[in-house]
Amino acid sequence: MKWIGTAVIAAALLLPPFVAGDFYVNLASQILIAAIFALSLNLLVGFGGMTSLGHASYLGVAAYISALLTSRYGFGHGTAALISILGTVAMAAFFGVIALRATGLGFLMITLALSQVLWGLAYRMSDVTNGDNGLAGLTRPSPFGISLDSAASFYWFALIVAAIAFAMMAIFVSSSFGSSLKGVRDQPRRMAALGFNPWMIRWITFIYAGFWGGVAGLLYVYYNKYIHPTSLSTTSSAEALLGVIAGGSGTLGGPAVGAALVLLLKNYASAYIERWNMLLGLVFLFIVLVMPTGIVPGLQKLTARFRRRSS
Amino acid sequence: MQFWIIQGLNSLSLGGLLFLLSSGFSLIFGLMRLANLTHGAFFMLGTYFGAVALRDYSGLNIWVTALGAGIAVAALGGLFERLVLTRLKTNPLGQVLVTLGMSFIISDACLVLWGGDSIPVPTPQSLQTPTRLFGFVFPTYRLVLVGIAIVAAIALYVLMDRTRLGAMIRAGVDDRQMARAVGIPVSRLFTIVFCLGTGIAGAAGVLGGPILSAYPGLDADMLPLALIVVILGGIGSLFGAFIGSFIIGFIYTFGTALFPELAYVILFLPMIVVIAFRPQGLFGRAGA
Repeated sequence: MKWIGTAVIAAALLLPPFVAGDFYVNLASQILIAAIFALSLNLLVGFGGMTSLGHASYLGVAAYISALLTSRYGFGHGTAALISILGTVAMAAFFGVIALRATGLGFLMITLALSQVLWGLAYRMSDVTNGDNGLAGLTRPSPFGISLDSAASFYWFALIVAAIAFAMMAIFVSSSFGSSLKGVRDQPRRMAALGFNPWMIRWITFIYAGFWGGVAGLLYVYYNKYIHPTSLSTTSSAEALLGVIAGGSGTLGGPAVGAALVLLLKNYASAYIERWNMLLGLVFLFIVLVMPTGIVPGLQKLTARFRRRSS
Repeated sequence: MQFWIIQGLNSLSLGGLLFLLSSGFSLIFGLMRLANLTHGAFFMLGTYFGAVALRDYSGLNIWVTALGAGIAVAALGGLFERLVLTRLKTNPLGQVLVTLGMSFIISDACLVLWGGDSIPVPTPQSLQTPTRLFGFVFPTYRLVLVGIAIVAAIALYVLMDRTRLGAMIRAGVDDRQMARAVGIPVSRLFTIVFCLGTGIAGAAGVLGGPILSAYPGLDADMLPLALIVVILGGIGSLFGAFIGSFIIGFIYTFGTALFPELAYVILFLPMIVVIAFRPQGLFGRAGA
């Protein structure tokens, strides 16, 4: 039963470039990027019990560093990617030290405040970031000489990265370290009494989540060939968090589903109405009030009930 | 010399405004353990109410408008608390998320209703003539704002420390279950405090209007300031919010004047230092 589901998902991921037009292939690429981003946030929210409202920082900073290095300082894409990931990880390490002085709501408020600083900087340091105009005219890399400019080639690239990201994060949470992370989420005192170092476990997770957030940021800037301060905004963090919670935080696939739904909603809604932020807010209220555990756990419960009845 | 004195007074007035903004946030957090991320949006809503009312009705003055906007915003806040937040009593994360969602709804609604251009809030006529202070000319309104903040601080102190309601709120902050057990209607207190906190934010929005004016994105500018102030001063501590407001007022004003591009970073340095050495904030209680 399980391998059928896997085969369906694999087919759904492999098919778009063959059957769909460029518009849908591009949409699928965006979904993959949003999924990586949501999965990385889920490491914190779902598995670590650390609700961050500043995850856009990692996406945005990686994107900005790469954009600046390639467009302004003439770096190659490989070096730029390496530097931007290193920079993002270093920033995550620093932010983690600050934010993890607190837990719970304090943590949330500090991550929010820190991400607002970066957003403010991106807006105001206009001689570096070009402020509200954003940085345009960027290029996509061509790994191994393969151009990523067509919709399909970029989709394959994003799919490979997403597959690696998913596998790496799955290994991370199912490893013994992942178990200790879940232990720290549920019973920090007992874990400390057992000789674990809760702070260190949280900090490493924070950095790891920042790393994949940075990877999502690179894909994001490659895809859009443009970067604007809004990608650092609270709205951007909140969209990812909504994806995580709507899909089901603390499950492996849930956040990817949630991120896909948020992205589709955003795309289709923006074709009809301009009020994306209002819709986002309403969806937030709806999800939290009506299905607080998320879509994927809800479906799992349903299928489990179905199976019990049929057997 | 003139630079330092003028900027010093500017810092004081910004500090006053920040206190009006963050005291409500701090009150709500103290009792309800709720990071009300709608706070910036409620502030902005107050500013828009004030700006539009003063633009469309020439007979109004800013004080009546501030009172009216405060009551209107408090009513909205009360509805939100009764209809949404009480349903999520056992789900603190859910509460934060709905306040975030609500802030998106309010800020987008402001954009729909009043458009993308900023609407100025006129300085009251009687306060338009600048005051001469130590031989320096200074906008009177900003000085009055400092006075209002101090009066508000004293009023809140008296309310919290000298009245029955304040005693009940303090009991609720200290031990919610015991307070319930001795017959204090804690969930009604939640509504009262939420109305009070949002109402102060709404009134502060009007009073800050002549300095800030109403524009889209005001909420996103103000919320981080409120967060920094309360994290710095100690979450849930009114005195901490008072001191924190003036510290941030000074740092922000001088930072903007001396290092305009880095002002936003400088703003966060004290917060980072305080968190590193005193995670509960300058005047917060450990474990709170």
